[in-house]
Amino acid sequence: MTNLSPANEPSLVDEAEAEEVARDRAGGAPRSGWRMLLPTMTPWLAVGLVLVGVITLFGIFGPYLVGDPRQIRDIGLTPPSADFLLGTTQTGQDVLAQLAYATRGSLQIGLLVGVLATALSAFFGIYGAYRGGFADEAFSLLSNVFLVIPGLPLVIVISGFVPRESRGLWTIAVVLAVTSWAASARVLRAQTLSVRNRDYVAASKVSGEKPWRVIVVEILPNLLPVIASQFVFAVIAAILGEAGLSFIGLGASNSATLGTMLFYAQNGFALSLGAWWWFVPPGLVIALFGMGLSLINFSIDEIINPKLKNLRQHRRRARKAARLERELARAHRRSRPQEPDAVREADGAKEVSAR
Amino acid sequence: MTRVHVSDLVKDYSIRTGLRRSRLRAVDHVSLDLVPGRTVALVGESGSGKSTIAKILTRMEKPTSGTVDVRLDDDTPVQGSLYRRQVQMVFQDPFASLNPFHSIEHHVARPLRIHQRTRTAQETHERVVEMLERVNLTPAEDIAPRRPHELSGGQRQRVAIARALAPGAQVLIADEPVSMLDVSIRLGVLNLLGRLQREDRLAVLYITHDLATARHFSDEIVVLYRGRVVERGPADAVILDPHHDYTKLLATAAPDPERVDRVSLTQEGTDRGDIDNSVCYDHFAGEWQEAGVPAAQARGGAAARSTS
Repeated sequence: MTNLSPANEPSLVDEAEAEEVARDRAGGAPRSGWRMLLPTMTPWLAVGLVLVGVITLFGIFGPYLVGDPRQIRDIGLTPPSADFLLGTTQTGQDVLAQLAYATRGSLQIGLLVGVLATALSAFFGIYGAYRGGFADEAFSLLSNVFLVIPGLPLVIVISGFVPRESRGLWTIAVVLAVTSWAASARVLRAQTLSVRNRDYVAASKVSGEKPWRVIVVEILPNLLPVIASQFVFAVIAAILGEAGLSFIGLGASNSATLGTMLFYAQNGFALSLGAWWWFVPPGLVIALFGMGLSLINFSIDEIINPKLKNLRQHRRRARKAARLERELARAHRRSRPQEPDAVREADGAKEVSAR
Repeated sequence: MTRVHVSDLVKDYSIRTGLRRSRLRAVDHVSLDLVPGRTVALVGESGSGKSTIAKILTRMEKPTSGTVDVRLDDDTPVQGSLYRRQVQMVFQDPFASLNPFHSIEHHVARPLRIHQRTRTAQETHERVVEMLERVNLTPAEDIAPRRPHELSGGQRQRVAIARALAPGAQVLIADEPVSMLDVSIRLGVLNLLGRLQREDRLAVLYITHDLATARHFSDEIVVLYRGRVVERGPADAVILDPHHDYTKLLATAAPDPERVDRVSLTQEGTDRGDIDNSVCYDHFAGEWQEAGVPAAQARGGAAARSTS
């Protein structure tokens, strides 16, 4: 150490920094790490959450409120009435009851596949990229292979191969998950490659963190928005994929889903008989659920890409400024024209809004 | 107290361009000693191998050959997890070296927990506050729960210093700790490092490309050029009486407001010409030596070939 005396240490420099601290503190309460991960509330997000929430609640509690969906009556194909809110099928089964059970089945499979596919993609994407070398090469070869396999034909082949009796919910979920994780794994791999070379990862290694802690505590949180978005997308894809499979008669044998409802509606000539109450509700639930999840996904995108958020904030700020200006101009007109304070105020506001 | 003896460090990187493989020698037979209470400045341009040496010292890279020998006062070698506790590093970019997801407390608390410096959560928190106060981050209770993006560059670098010292490190590698900071903040951070060094008698390796702060802050300067040491000696001697062409170039490249007659910067200090990095001037020995060879051979080897 040379001539740096400790006496001059709390110098101007530190005061300048102290000022910065004070200014930062005025900026508002600190947000915790988890809080930062949540998307900001927007009309789109609200609509998405309401749609997904209502359909989920319907799927969870609906089956308790309706009768037996399999009960056959001698009133085939009755349009919606007070007794049967969504009418009946060809064999007199209650469509509303079927819809409730089918929604539950579809949500189950969506959630199951979402979790499985996300876990697979996280493992192959993050672990491979973090380890590098041979593990990375092997894992990315594997995900590349799965990426180029045409998904739907493979799903059809696998589902057709498994005998109908043993083709349960889990079989379908595993088949859908195995064919849908690869794209997400590649995105996660790219993201991990970028994150693992950041200084804070090196710093935590230098402090002596164990590899699994570096991955789980230091790297993973920074990938959470991406993973959340992929999860939501995987759920949509799974519900649609399962509906497609069931529609062509290759779905799970022991469960009722929206796809099987459509399958029976198709088989019962609902379309040609004009029984819209049979095929519109399940189609609508699929469409609305997909739309709700997509809207949520857009909001998650804003966390991944903050530019989108800034764009919205800019627009809002511009609108607010314009409103302020209009109000001040109105106030100015109402007050006496020679009032100097009002003039100055209005000018000030104009300056603010111009910025 | 811990001392570090680096001898004949060599690091080769293999580069693949198409089918051809070539070898880049990033560090070529570098030897240096870090002693408690003293600062060694490692000076050189980008690509001269400074950061590679830092990475080898922090065990993020393995050297191709050569040894890093870290020993405690009683001559026991420092190995395994003790190495991480003894040798710590402050990174160049404070905006990248703190995880944006975690609080300041997390960054300082983790090293404490990993190295079992504290046992209970309460004790850890008290220690974190104490560490933050040591690096002049006050009020510490207020700063601890915040996240990196809420702090300025200088404050972040202080957090990084607190994190490096948290395990009780005795050897600190500071890789251009102030180069990313505002000029007005630099002196504050350097003074802080200086104070901590005096208090804990740290051995510091200060890596920089800035000769002015190197002279200001360090006792010994080692000038690195294309992986080789080309000049070493006491800080003042190297700056005031540079012998090697490259050191002279570095000295003239720094703008000096006192000089009226200076030629325009575009002409001066950019012409590399054919600077020879096969010789090294050692101010301690007062003689030219051969660079890029094992330390045992270096002495006297280049005396005949010296250019001046």
